[in-house]
Order: sequence, then structure tokens, then C-alpha cells
Amino acid sequence: MSAIDFSTLTIGDTVVESEIPLSRASLVDYAAASGDHNPIHWNERFAREVGLDDVIAHGMLSMAAVIAPVAEWLGDPGAIVDYRTRFSAPVVVPDADTGSPATPTTSLKLTATVGAVDSAVGTARIDISVKSGEADVLSRTQVRISA
Amino acid sequence: MPVNTEKQGATFSLLQPYEVSREAIVEFALATGAKADYHFDAEAATALGYRDVVAPTTFAVIIAQKSEAAYISDPDSGIDFSKVVHGSEQFSFTRPIVAGDSLSAVTHVDGVRAAGSNAMITTRTEITDAAEQPVVSVTSTIVVRGDGE
Repeated sequence: MSAIDFSTLTIGDTVVESEIPLSRASLVDYAAASGDHNPIHWNERFAREVGLDDVIAHGMLSMAAVIAPVAEWLGDPGAIVDYRTRFSAPVVVPDADTGSPATPTTSLKLTATVGAVDSAVGTARIDISVKSGEADVLSRTQVRISA
Repeated sequence: MPVNTEKQGATFSLLQPYEVSREAIVEFALATGAKADYHFDAEAATALGYRDVVAPTTFAVIIAQKSEAAYISDPDSGIDFSKVVHGSEQFSFTRPIVAGDSLSAVTHVDGVRAAGSNAMITTRTEITDAAEQPVVSVTSTIVVRGDGE
């Protein structure tokens, strides 16, 4: 049912590249949609009190935002059989200096490459690198797909 | 109170099923930049063979975290939520979640172990549909920072 022709996938090929802007408003939107209202994601004073430099993005927001363009590339959402990541560094989201809190102040840069492919069986592994600035904020991010 | 290692092997459940709505799928898709038409348009979803609009890949975290909260907020678990750091997350799918699903969840505390002054906890939440068929398994690790940090 997948729209992907596995015989066209070559290990090492980049299949998706994207930059995802994040703002303080992104975190409030994700808190509402997910039900995760931990104040480290919206209250700067509280974030500092628990030892963070500033408000940070939900790890699960990064994980969700990164898979979105990869799922679009796949075509059929049922092709994803496994999706995993490790949260290796926090994504600090400063407040905008002036104006709308929806003004992006940081971003996630993702590069999805083919990590493994078995075109006879119709399975593949897509590896995703995720950086914010120079930091790898997610690590060992892998999507297993099946035809 | 330190993290209670005797909770390893314990299970916690949602009190009632989570009813998946089109509205919740749209809100989650908009909040996470999921732009595929099958999140918003039932006809696009049925054209792919689904009963109704399809949830974004990580939508199951809503249900998993509700179920995990029964464990994490249990005073007997000994977990100070303000010291919790998310370590890793994994979704293993049997099928995508679609609007109209009535989903039950059981969280298994698979591992609770001390690592220096910290504790590392692994939970696995099995999400099943109204026919008691598996939908997605969500494995999460968290680190509870100790007083030494």
C-alpha cells in the first residue's frame, strides 16, 4: 500500500531535508494538543528554577515535527511500523524580543537518509539527523517502513 | 522519598478508553506541522483504505502519557516529576490510529534501576482498540535526577 518503490531506495541517499521553525507559541500549541502542560515548556522562571537555561521544547514536539515531512514523503501512514529516538540535548526556545510570541526564535534541521533497504521483502530503515544550531538534539532517530 | 524499585513489573491502566476524535487529530496535526491531507480530509483517508482521518505518527503519546501518569503520579512510585528528564521514546505500530477509535491502554513498568544518584525507568504502554486488538506499543524511558545533581 506504500507509495514508495523500495527498489529506488539506495543506502546513503538523502530522501527528506527540512527546517522546522519553533516559537514560544509552538510550545503552547503542542501543550494544548498533547495534554503535556509541564511548565518547563512555557514558564521561564520555573524552567530556570529546575536548572534549565530557559524554556525548552517538549522532546515529543521535536519527535512529532521531525516525522511529519518524512510521513508525507512516504505517502501511506501505514507504511511506518516503528519510530524511535533518543533525546540527547534540550531545544531552548527563547522568547521573541518584541511583537508576536509566534515569531520563531529557533529551528530544527532534519536530514533523512536511507539507512538500510531490503527491496525483496519490501522493508527499509530511514535514519534522521536532527540538529538545532550545531547541537544534535535527537539521536539514533530511526523509522522502519514496510511495503 | 527515593524512586521505588519495587514497582518494577507493576501495571497501570487508563480508567476509561480514550475516544479519538477528528478534532483532536486536526489539533495535533496543526501543532506538529503534519500537513498530509489524510489528517484533515476523510475522503483522502478512505482513498488510502482507512475508515476515517488518520492520526499523526506520534499521536499515541497523548494516550500513553495519560496512562503513564497513573504510575508517575502515584505517591508510592516515589517519582518527583520536577526532576524527570525524558530519555527516549519508541512507537511500534500494528496499524495507524484513526478517528473513531476507542483505545484502551495498559502501562507496564518494565524497568526501574538506580544509575548513580539517578533512577532510570522504562515503561511500555500497550494500546488496544475496542476489539481488543493491538494498535501501537509505546516504550518510554525517563531519568529521575537524584539529589546529587
